[in-house]
Amino acid sequence: MSCDDKVDCGRRRLLVATSVAGGVAGVAAVVPFVSSLAPSERAKSAGAPVEVDISKLQPGEMMTVEWRGKPVWIIHRTKEMLDNLSKHDDKLADPKSERHQQPDYAKNEYRSIKPEYLVAIGICTHLGCSPTEKFKTGAESGIDADWPGGFLCPCHGSTFDLAGRVFKNKPAPDNLEIPPHYYLSDAKILIGEDKKGA
Amino acid sequence: MAGANVEKYKSDGTTAGNLLEWLDARFPLMALWNDHLAKYYAPKNFNFWYFFGSLALLVLVMQIVTGVFLVMHYKPDASLNASGVPVAFASVEYIMRDVPWGWLIRYMHSTGASAFFIVVYLHMFRGMLYGSYRQPRELVWIIGVLIFLVLMATAFMGYLLPWGQMSYWGAQVILNLFTAIPLIGNDLGVWIRGDYVVGDATLNRLFSLHYLLPVLILPALVAVHLIALHEVGSNNPDGIEIKKKKDQNGVPLDGIPFHPYYTVKDIVGVVVFLIVFSAVVFFMPEGGGYFLEANNFYPADPLVTPPHIAPVWYFGPFYSILRANTVNFFWIDAKLWGVIFMGLGVMVFFFLPWLDRSPVKSIRYRGPLYKGALTIFVISFVILGYLGMLAPTPGRTLVAQICTILYFAFFLLMPIYTALDKCKPEPERVTG
Amino acid sequence: MMKKLLIAFLCVPWLAFASGEALHLDKAPDRSHDLPALQNGAKIFINYCLNCHSASYMRYNRLRDIGLTEQQIRDNLLFTQEKVGELMTIAMRRADAKQWFGAAPPDLTVIARARASEYGSGSDWLYTYLRSFYRDDSRPSGWNNVVFSNVAMPHVFWELQGEQVLGPDHKLTLAKPGLMKPEEYDAMVADLVGFLNYMGEPVQNYRKELGVVVLIALAILFVLAYALKREYWKDVH
Repeated sequence: MSCDDKVDCGRRRLLVATSVAGGVAGVAAVVPFVSSLAPSERAKSAGAPVEVDISKLQPGEMMTVEWRGKPVWIIHRTKEMLDNLSKHDDKLADPKSERHQQPDYAKNEYRSIKPEYLVAIGICTHLGCSPTEKFKTGAESGIDADWPGGFLCPCHGSTFDLAGRVFKNKPAPDNLEIPPHYYLSDAKILIGEDKKGA
Repeated sequence: MAGANVEKYKSDGTTAGNLLEWLDARFPLMALWNDHLAKYYAPKNFNFWYFFGSLALLVLVMQIVTGVFLVMHYKPDASLNASGVPVAFASVEYIMRDVPWGWLIRYMHSTGASAFFIVVYLHMFRGMLYGSYRQPRELVWIIGVLIFLVLMATAFMGYLLPWGQMSYWGAQVILNLFTAIPLIGNDLGVWIRGDYVVGDATLNRLFSLHYLLPVLILPALVAVHLIALHEVGSNNPDGIEIKKKKDQNGVPLDGIPFHPYYTVKDIVGVVVFLIVFSAVVFFMPEGGGYFLEANNFYPADPLVTPPHIAPVWYFGPFYSILRANTVNFFWIDAKLWGVIFMGLGVMVFFFLPWLDRSPVKSIRYRGPLYKGALTIFVISFVILGYLGMLAPTPGRTLVAQICTILYFAFFLLMPIYTALDKCKPEPERVTG
Repeated sequence: MMKKLLIAFLCVPWLAFASGEALHLDKAPDRSHDLPALQNGAKIFINYCLNCHSASYMRYNRLRDIGLTEQQIRDNLLFTQEKVGELMTIAMRRADAKQWFGAAPPDLTVIARARASEYGSGSDWLYTYLRSFYRDDSRPSGWNNVVFSNVAMPHVFWELQGEQVLGPDHKLTLAKPGLMKPEEYDAMVADLVGFLNYMGEPVQNYRKELGVVVLIALAILFVLAYALKREYWKDVH
């Protein structure tokens, strides 16, 4: 930028300074309006971590709790169910749960902190339906003869095993999401928060 | 309008230039820019009274933006929630506490309502000081008064929404004005409220209109106000027509392009306004109880009228006029006369251009009669406004009656005293 | 004629605006920046007031503002079933309350704003009110109040303050001392009122801090805008 004479130069400098200051003020004024659309304290309170008592959950049973308006499944897996999990890795899309959406403590064969308890968000990773439980194995399940037990999504037929892992060649791309959670005690899980400092 | 004979924009070869040429060939972009900003010649002698027009526009935009965001969280619902509080009232407190930055947006909106009236009253007073309503600007003035009317309706409806005690009883009183109309009054009142008292139905319809009027009707009226103004050109503190003296290019000798001169000047006005506005929003959002009334922090209760209900300050003068008439005459009862006088108190502004018979426009060249009359009018207006917020006593009612008479005398006697007044000669060119 | 009118004009307003008997309120001590006092006020509010009065726009976890951690709120101020993000509601049904007290106890979240008047701030009113209960056997509750005559609420703090009686000179005297000395009682009420004032608008301190920043920014913008205007208007003669 060149200045022809002193007046123009000063004017240009002032114009730039005022525009910059005005622009900064304008952006600052936009912040409250944009922020006001974020979840309010009420929404945060409703979406606060949920404490779940699992002491009465028998092996082989499943319970559903609501967290942030979504169903969260807690499944008490039997020894047999756990043994079955390792037998169909070749049919799974992501058997080792290496793709993103897992907390670190779900990156194992059982996708859980304690092997016998699976905590997962019961929302199909395809388009958001909630799959139904199909715990019975084999032909009895009505799915196919070597069905290992798991979940079937009624919307588009995606299937998941009892660790929430998605089967290959189905519409759903990823394993079921594991929500942040930790054990407050042997009988209590807090869903919605990772252990402090973990 | 010069729109048709303005040269279309020619690109300088850059991408931006090409885009502008493409646009201008299809939309009168340059014509609008020139007609209203770059080649709109405004008198060079505007003083600080001339800030309030652009400030009114600023406040309108601010009210619309904050309003749009408030609507995302507000609920117009008079039913009681589990804690026994009306949902509408609770949703305002929800905005004040639970919505991130909701308190700031709400305070901007509530302070903005009062700021709107301050700015508009000063803008109107400017018109009266310098005769801006006189020929050829009668239409600009009439549309301005219409804007003022719509603004009052909008503010009244908005004041119901927090559903506090003042909201509720204020609406109850004002909507009952319609019942003063003979024969159909009571039925009309019920029809307007949609209920036998102010209730959920009333809240919902006033909420709907509080959105419609400022978002659709006001901007349209403001656009017409500005187009009409730019057709005839701005008045100035000397009240003389700058278009009478032009140079060889047809540019008024005392005119300067609105942009950049008045844009940079109005920015200064805007910043000063924002300083005052922020001082209220951040340090005294209740405005000393005038902008947010203490009684309105009680939820609406249809069974208990607060001991003292008063309109918000900006309705004070007209509310005072309403209450001032206490006698029945000409077979019409006092209640209806009060309503009629209040209506006339606003309507009379429409006739100002034809009531004024002075040979000059500006207060600078008017004689003592007009100066005195305007002073008495302003004092009466302020006293009426103040009395409107106080509970009536016999003494106050008497003062209100005197002031009401003076208020109307200003307008009705105007053809006489402006014609008799000893005016000074107007200058040929603008001064100072 | 004109002169008389002017005189009437100037004099009558002052007669007209003279108001009736003023309500005398004691000035409430300012506790707005005293966090331990506000915490004490919160504790008193929750223990004494929150049984009958709700504060249904206020969330427990908002008490972070006055220096409490969520854990402290959970441990000291919450009843077992409540969550820290919940509103300060009460279990008592309003219809029951109306039957028991004659009037449903009002929600107290914004009471400090609602009680403001030309006689003083809402805090002043509350501070005076809570110290102005006196024995009145003609009332169903046995209590009356100087600034809120025939109030439905009994004197909740009577054990702490003791019993006041209203003399014929319209002055209150302490007839039976309570567990607290008068200064201690006043200080406790001041803490409670400080909390009610905070609760009326939890953002009030932050609002003022932010206001200073905004005004400084606008002042800088003013200097620049004014200089720019001067620069352009050099051309206009």
